[in-house]
Amino acid sequence: MTTAVVKQHTDLLRQMLRIRKFEEACAELYSAAEIRGFLHLYVGEEAIAAGVLSDLTAADAVVTTYREHGHALARGIPMEAVLAEMFGRTSGCSRGRGGSMHLFDAKRRFYGGNAIVGGGLPLAVGIALADRMRADLHVTACFFGDGAVAEGEFHECMNLAALWKLPVLFCCENNLYAMGTALARAQAQTDLALRASSYGMPAWAVDGMDVLAVEEATRRAVETIRGGGGPGFLELRTYRFRAHSMYDSDRYRDKAEIARWKERDPIEAMVRRMQLTDDALKALHREVDDEIQRAVAAAAEGPLEPVEDLTRFVYAEKS
Amino acid sequence: MTTYREALREGLRDALRRDERVFLMGEDVGAYGGCFGVSLGLLEEFGPDRIRDTPLSESAFVGAGIGAAMAGLRPIVEIMTVNFSLLALDQILNNAASLRHMSGGQLGVPLVIRMTTGAGRQLAAQHSHSLEGWYAHIPGLRIVAPATLADARGMLWPALTDPDPVLLFEHGSLYNLAGEPEADGPVDIDHAAIRRPGTDVTLVTYGGTLGKTLDAAEQLAADGISAEVIDLRTLRPLDDATFIESVRRTHRAVVVDEGWRSGSLSAEISARITEQAFEDLDAPVDRVCSAEVPMPYAKHLEDAALPQPAGIVAAVRKAVNGNG
Repeated sequence: MTTAVVKQHTDLLRQMLRIRKFEEACAELYSAAEIRGFLHLYVGEEAIAAGVLSDLTAADAVVTTYREHGHALARGIPMEAVLAEMFGRTSGCSRGRGGSMHLFDAKRRFYGGNAIVGGGLPLAVGIALADRMRADLHVTACFFGDGAVAEGEFHECMNLAALWKLPVLFCCENNLYAMGTALARAQAQTDLALRASSYGMPAWAVDGMDVLAVEEATRRAVETIRGGGGPGFLELRTYRFRAHSMYDSDRYRDKAEIARWKERDPIEAMVRRMQLTDDALKALHREVDDEIQRAVAAAAEGPLEPVEDLTRFVYAEKS
Repeated sequence: MTTYREALREGLRDALRRDERVFLMGEDVGAYGGCFGVSLGLLEEFGPDRIRDTPLSESAFVGAGIGAAMAGLRPIVEIMTVNFSLLALDQILNNAASLRHMSGGQLGVPLVIRMTTGAGRQLAAQHSHSLEGWYAHIPGLRIVAPATLADARGMLWPALTDPDPVLLFEHGSLYNLAGEPEADGPVDIDHAAIRRPGTDVTLVTYGGTLGKTLDAAEQLAADGISAEVIDLRTLRPLDDATFIESVRRTHRAVVVDEGWRSGSLSAEISARITEQAFEDLDAPVDRVCSAEVPMPYAKHLEDAALPQPAGIVAAVRKAVNGNG
């Protein structure tokens, strides 16, 4: 393997590890009541955020859902700004007004953080339309779950993006459950890539537990999109190892099914593939642990947004 | 001479010429010329990129307008009627109105959404409602309603230069209104206007009922009652200073609103008057609203459901004389 490939693999592994350990820290902080509200964890799905976002440039845009900590971290939003947001602090990336489900970073073209299932898809179409009308072929990556495929907005947006040949990369994170409803209990056609391809856009079903497969599929899709070919669709087949949210007792999934998917842990698979030594792996863990520790300390010390500022940011402030 | 329809078109043409980031999108705005003829000829003048026909996908194209606005363009999105806008309500409320706050001030949505509102054309219950009061309930939006030719011509540009989402409600019965507009350029969208000064009663209205209210004021003048008519123009934020100041002078108020009475904009205006000018009132604040029915088709029923000059006159007489 060339040095460049080793570096790329290490970067992908580090990113997945950051997301995994961050989510585990969030679960603990939630239990300790430092974080409140709804908390939707991404454990098991890390290969998608790490793989897809490693192929985007700073000029590209990202739109995502309420399960977006991984996307935010992989997009480069500092961990302490993400965590401070969940702590409800001024130093949070949305000044404490968004919380876990509404992370934003305009500078990094990270447009949230949408808690309405499917609600981000029209925004992605519009951002891509703006890029297209300015003759920029920046890609807008739009993440959503399998549940969103049942929404009318999904179909409206597939049609509009394909009709206008917009540079959108639709990334459907198919983790088989819309909250507690299994895909097959809610959708007549469970082959989601097939449904997207019926709108005349290239669509690929990808093993979402394999970060290299995700990265490669993204690279191929992004090439097509930048070439002016219109939108592309990735159905990323994955699984969330934890419940839908911290409130969910997860009674709808078979323990054996969960265990089976855990055998395909994307991080362990990547460690095995890279044949990392124990020392190298420990060093990586230490590096990530340090980052999390610093982020927790910074978030906890962050000032609260003053209550006098409650009604700010409803309308633009006159400068 | 110009019509309300032509005045709106002139406003659009002016905005499209002024700023290349401006574009119009919606159902039938291009090849058809707009379902009420407002955008007729603009496709030929500005091309299909900037006069953009959309599929019948309200949520997708309104949301796309929001995304495009966030990404630096200045979209004008047309929705055929306020009834159809409900298909895009998620995007308007959960995104356009909320994004600035949810993002801690990072993401504004400088977007204009135009739509038709109101009854009077026998279009029955799914094309006739006046729901702008619902939208006026939502923080983060600005709601404007042009009632005159000058406002039809002049509200779009200030709406587009507003850094926040603006919903512009055009009353369907006004498109053929013709006359000489008093002004031919951008207008003030921050303040209500006194359309007719008076001393005995304040009539507060906007949009499609302004004409009926002015007619009522004429009839009252013949009886020696001097009615002041206020056109709100902007429904959110409400310029309450103007109507409160008027009520302090006239000591009586009647609100005329084509929306339903229950939970309506008229209820908000009435509440503000009693909160801020209770001591100045010589009579209870009255309201003339639409009957609480889905709008019927038959003309006599539709007429009966809507505020009419006779009802306004009766309400004013009651306020002034203490009887109907």
